[in-house]
Amino acid sequence: MKTTRTTSLAIAALLAGCATAPMTPPELDQLTQGIMKASFREQGIATLDRLAQDELQQACSGEKPPSDAVAKRLEAAQLASVRWPADDVYLGDWREGEKLAQNGRGMTWSDPAGVPSGGNCYNCHQLAKAEISFGTIGPSLYQYGRLRGVSDPAAPASREMLRYTWGKLWNAKATNACSNMPRFGHAGVLSAGQIRDLMALLLDPASPVNAP
Amino acid sequence: MRRRALAFALVAAAFAWPGAQAQTGTADGIAQYRALLADGNPAELWEAKGELLWKQKRGPKNVSLEGCDLGQGAGVVKGAFVELPRYFADTKRVQDLESRLLSCMEAQQGFNAAEIAATPFGRGEQLNLEALVAYVSAASRGMKFRLPQARAEERQMFEAGKRIFYFRAGPYDFSCASCHGEAGKRIRLQELPDLTRNPGDGVGYAAWPAYRLSSGELWGMQRRLNDCYRQQRFPFPGYASDATIALATFMGVKSQGSVSIAPSIKR
Repeated sequence: MKTTRTTSLAIAALLAGCATAPMTPPELDQLTQGIMKASFREQGIATLDRLAQDELQQACSGEKPPSDAVAKRLEAAQLASVRWPADDVYLGDWREGEKLAQNGRGMTWSDPAGVPSGGNCYNCHQLAKAEISFGTIGPSLYQYGRLRGVSDPAAPASREMLRYTWGKLWNAKATNACSNMPRFGHAGVLSAGQIRDLMALLLDPASPVNAP
Repeated sequence: MRRRALAFALVAAAFAWPGAQAQTGTADGIAQYRALLADGNPAELWEAKGELLWKQKRGPKNVSLEGCDLGQGAGVVKGAFVELPRYFADTKRVQDLESRLLSCMEAQQGFNAAEIAATPFGRGEQLNLEALVAYVSAASRGMKFRLPQARAEERQMFEAGKRIFYFRAGPYDFSCASCHGEAGKRIRLQELPDLTRNPGDGVGYAAWPAYRLSSGELWGMQRRLNDCYRQQRFPFPGYASDATIALATFMGVKSQGSVSIAPSIKR
């Protein structure tokens, strides 16, 4: 009798198990894809193709970041695609750069098509000391050029820092695969000219970012 | 009464807005500003309107919502909000408050749920939904979140919500986690709750619906998520769509045990 009872309990448990068998991770991935597909619609300039992930976005969509090996491979691929400035001119006008840094508009479904996007910089970074309304998702960039010893951007010694900074702005993922920062040049959010102006904001000794 | 509350809030803002204070004083200044605001929360007006709408005979069938089951039995409002989203057998769906209200408005009052879901925020029946979510959430004020996760469907929604939370896409590569994946971060001066864990009583999930001082509107979680997705540069999430309900399930389960202060007041 005890055996019978144990057996029937086991069957009940098995049936219950069948009824509520947890989905496997791939099944849950599939469920999620179906939900995403059914839940979003196009609005204004925000078209549905924005939900199609590239390899990097997919690799950086986990609860945990990808392995070091995967991250290194992704970074190399992103770095290889960076477009360096024409004529080797890295710096534009820091005044225009400051305006861009303040400007958080662009690319939402409520933004009109064809209007240049801002840089969103103050949303996440400290830059000029006078602006106290800055975010902290990214590191402080106050004194960016000074702290990195760029006293003359035209000097050969400054070249490496110019290229590093351009790389960050063009494609932040080239040096940090799952960085929170958008790939401003790579994704076509900012033009090369706009990135020059942001470069000046960061590296021009006359920029308020580098004011002593 | 609304005008008085707003005037008070503006005076409070003038006193407490940090202006050119040093950074160390900024957070304190904002906290003080918010504390002053909470003293005269105009959300009360939406709560009162919502209660009337709940009891009023409306729609093509001319019935009230008092037969609506929000998960605690027909007509029970108290305690319903802190156990949503949950699975409902009649619709065979996991539903958040707004999705569930739509179902009741359609099944019982004869409204067209799809039509209301497609109505822009702040217009037509969407205005009434704002009031209803204020009323229903207020009836659970001070209670702790305890979303049911006993059913497979509810656990699946949590798992889908987690995946959607970390889903990076669009021209800026943003996911929900870009802004809400770490504690102690800000956008400009706005503090960001870390929604990957329990952010605490009355923070994050436990602070919505809320009265938004900047727009003078009452926003439910649907509208909050909608504006997050706008700023993520994503396409438009459907009102009461499963992606939004999955996210609410994820955030709600992470907030289990936290006290709801909804409807709260935001800048």
